[in-house]
Amino acid sequence: MSNLDALVAEAKKKLDEQTVECVQLHFHPEKGAPYWLEKASGLDFDPLKDVNCFDDLKKFPLFEDDDLRGGPVQRFLPQAHWNKGRYVFETGGTTGTPKSRCVVDDFRIDYEEFSATLPDEAFPRGSNWLMLGPSGPRRLRLAVEHLCQYRGGICFCVDLDPRWVVKLLKKGKIDEAKEYSAHVIDQAMTILTSGHDIKGMFATPKLLEALAMRLIDEGSSIEEIGITGIFAGGTEFTPQWYRFCKEELLGPDVYITPTYGNTLMGLACGKPFDPADEYKITYYAPQPRAAVEVVDFDNYDELVGYGETGRVKLYTLTHELFIPGFMERDEGEREEPHEKYPWDGVSGTRPFHEIAKATTVGVY
Amino acid sequence: MYEIPVIRWGKPYASMSHTEVVHFETGEALAKVGEANGGMIKMDAKKARKAREVLREFSIEDLVAKCKVAAKAFVEEDLPLGDGVQSPDDFCRLQSATTGMPEHMCRFNMTKNAFVLENMDKILDALTRGLPYDILTNGYGMEDRGVMVSYQPTCDAAGWVLPSNSPGVHTLWLPVIPLQIGLILKPGRSEPWTPYRMYEAFAKAGVPREAFCLYPGGGASGAELGGAVLESCERSVIFGGQATVDMYAGNPKVSAHGPGYSKIVLGEDVVDDWEKYLDLIVDSVYLNSGRSCISCSGVWAPRHGAEIADAIAQRIGPVAPKPMNDPESGLAAFTIEGAAQAMNAQIDELVKSSAVTEVTEKYRDGDRLVEKERCSFLRPTVVHVKDVADPLADTEYMFPFVSVVDCPQDQFIRKSGYTLVGTALTNDEKFKRDLLESRNIDRLNIGEVKTLQLNWLQPHEGNIIDFLYRNRAFQTSPPPAH
Repeated sequence: MSNLDALVAEAKKKLDEQTVECVQLHFHPEKGAPYWLEKASGLDFDPLKDVNCFDDLKKFPLFEDDDLRGGPVQRFLPQAHWNKGRYVFETGGTTGTPKSRCVVDDFRIDYEEFSATLPDEAFPRGSNWLMLGPSGPRRLRLAVEHLCQYRGGICFCVDLDPRWVVKLLKKGKIDEAKEYSAHVIDQAMTILTSGHDIKGMFATPKLLEALAMRLIDEGSSIEEIGITGIFAGGTEFTPQWYRFCKEELLGPDVYITPTYGNTLMGLACGKPFDPADEYKITYYAPQPRAAVEVVDFDNYDELVGYGETGRVKLYTLTHELFIPGFMERDEGEREEPHEKYPWDGVSGTRPFHEIAKATTVGVY
Repeated sequence: MYEIPVIRWGKPYASMSHTEVVHFETGEALAKVGEANGGMIKMDAKKARKAREVLREFSIEDLVAKCKVAAKAFVEEDLPLGDGVQSPDDFCRLQSATTGMPEHMCRFNMTKNAFVLENMDKILDALTRGLPYDILTNGYGMEDRGVMVSYQPTCDAAGWVLPSNSPGVHTLWLPVIPLQIGLILKPGRSEPWTPYRMYEAFAKAGVPREAFCLYPGGGASGAELGGAVLESCERSVIFGGQATVDMYAGNPKVSAHGPGYSKIVLGEDVVDDWEKYLDLIVDSVYLNSGRSCISCSGVWAPRHGAEIADAIAQRIGPVAPKPMNDPESGLAAFTIEGAAQAMNAQIDELVKSSAVTEVTEKYRDGDRLVEKERCSFLRPTVVHVKDVADPLADTEYMFPFVSVVDCPQDQFIRKSGYTLVGTALTNDEKFKRDLLESRNIDRLNIGEVKTLQLNWLQPHEGNIIDFLYRNRAFQTSPPPAH
C-alpha cells in the first residue's frame, strides 16, 4: 500500500467514525435535534442502529434545503447544545424567508482547521486582516474575524449587504450596483490607508478585482498597500480569473488561495498551487466534518469516475449540524485524493447547468 | 476547427477559458475561441491611450489609404485566423454556418463592409462636413474660412459590443480606425468571423495591431464581458433589444442600437397608385431576411391597406426555408433555442385582435414556424392592422414581418412612434415639411428609396464623429476687441 493509499484508508476510517458519532448525537432520543427526531419516525430504518459507516448515509432521502427556512432555527441543533450561546447565520434571502443555520462553535472550528492550511509567510501571525465580503447575518463575517483573531490579529470589516445588490441587478439597475460596489471599495481603501498594518485579507473575486483596479488607478497595488496573503471564494474563482489575478492584479509576491464554502459545509480548501495544474482549481471538503461527492446527474447515489463531470453532493457531519446528502447548486469534475487532503476533491466548480440560467451573481 | 485567441492590443492571449462556435444545423464545432474575463477587459482599457498613440503615428490620409488596401484583403485574400488561414469563401460559409444567414447574404454583407472601407475618404468627408483631417489629428486648426476650430477625441479607444445575428452592423465601427481611435471589440458569440477577419485585413494593410482588442466568446460570460466593455470604455456602442436601448437611454457614454421600427408611408396623393411601389415595399420587407433594423416592419397608408397587405403577402407568403448555400435562399435561421418559438407564439396571440388580419396564411403551405433539429425558421408574415393603437401596428421581428396599418396621413407622424428609417412616398409639400420637422424619424427618405438602401455618406443613428469627437473652444490669442 502506497503512502497515499494509507492516508486515504485512514481518512475513510475517520469519516466512518464521524458519521456514526454524528448520527448518534443528532438522533439521541433525549438530546438529539428535534428536526431529525421527527424525521426518524418516517424512516424505514433506525439511524441509531443501521448507520454504521459513511455509505450508510445513502439510506436517507436527499436533504431539501428549503427545510432550513423559518423557525424555530434551533431545531437542527442537538438539544445538548441548547444551553450555550447560539448564533444564527443566514444565506440567500433576497426575497422571502432566508435559509438559516443555528450554530454554537462550528464556524470557529471550521476556520481554525482552515487556519492550519494557511502559510505563515503570507498570513503572518499577529498581523491584521481586512474582511472584504458580506456583512450582516452571514457566517462569513464572524468566521473570518475569528480566523484573524485565532491567528493573533484584529479584523477590519466593511458594510456590505449582498441582498440589496441582487435586488439592484434584478431590476437592471447596473449603475446603482456599481455605485454600491464603489461604496464598498471606498470603505476598504479607507481601512487600508489608515495605518492598520493589514496583511491578510478575505475578498470575493469581484471585490478583490475592484480593489486592485482602484489601487492601480491610485498609482498603487495590492502588494504596495501591504497585503501579503488573500483567500477568496466563489464560483467566479475560475482558472482564467486565477491566472489573471496572479499575473496581473497581485504579482508573484502576494499569495492567494481559492476556497469553496457555504453556510452548510464550512470551508473547502484549494489544492496548493502547482504550475503543472495550469490553474485548475481543485477543492477538498473539510473531512470528516463535511464530505463532498461528485455524482451522476441522473443518479445522485452513484459517484462519477475520476475526471468525469457530475453534480456536487454535500454531507455535513458536525456535532451541531447533520446533513445526510444535499444536492449543491454546482457541478464539477471528480478529482483524485491528494496527500494533503486524502479524499475525493472536486474541480471546475460552476453553477449546475440546469439551474445556471436563473442565477444572479452580485458584486460579492 | 480554428483555435482563436483573445487579442489584447494586438497580442494573442491564450486564455484558460474557451467556448465553441458551432454549426447551427449540425452542432459541429467550427472554432474554439478563448474567453477573457471582465477584469482583463478593464485592465486593457486602462492602456487604451497607447492605441491612440500608435494610430497617431500615421496621418488620417495614410489610414484612409490603408482602409482601401484592407477592403481588398477582406474580400479577396486568404487571411490568418487564429491557428489557421481563412479564404473569402471559407468566411462566407463559416458565417452562414454559425449565424443562420444564407451564404449569399453573408457575401453581400462582406461586400458592403468592403465598400465602406473603400470609400472611407468620402464617408469621413461627409460625416465631418469637410473638416480638414489635420484638425482632428492635431486637435485644432484654422479652417479655410479663417475660423479656428478644435476637436478633441472623447475616448482613446471605443468599445463595441457586437451582435451575433446581424453581420451587416460591422460597417459602423470601421471608421473608428482612420479616426485614430483604438477599437475594443466584443464579437457576438456566434459571429467572431467579421471582427477577426477585419482585424487581419487592417493588419495586412499596415494598421498597427496594437490598436485592437478582441474578446470573443459569450454564453454565460457574455454579459460580463459586454458589461466590462461598456463600463471601461469612455465611448461604446451596444446592439440589443428594446430593453438594452431603454437601459442605456440618457447615458452619453453608450450608444445603444436596438430595433429600428423602419417604415414606409404612402401619402394621400399617391396611395391610390400603391401598386407602383410594390417592388420597393417588398424588397424593403424581405431582403436580408428582414433581419435588420433598417428592414421595413410597417407600411402605413390612409387607404387600400387590405389590398396592399394582400399584394405583399402574395409575393412573400409562399417563401420557405432553403439550404443556406442556395442562392435563392431568402430566410435566415433562428439559431438560439426557443427564440423563433417565442416570437411565433407572441404573433399567434397578437393576431387574435379584432383589428388584425393575418394575410399571409392563405398563401403559405404550412405553418409560420418551421422547426428543424437544431434551429427554426419563421416564414414571412404580413398582417393588416386597422387600428393604429393595436400592439401589432408598431412591432418588429427579426424575419420578414410587416404590418400594413390603416392610418390617415395627418396622424402618421403622431402615431407611428420611433422610426429609424422612414421612407415617405408623397409629393405633398405640406406632408414633406411635416416629415422634415418630425423628431421621431431618424433617417428620412422622401422619394422612392428602399429602407435598406443606405447612403453611407449619411450619418446612421447619430453621427459617429459627434460621438467620438467633441467640438470645443480653443484659442491661441486673445479675441478681437469687442
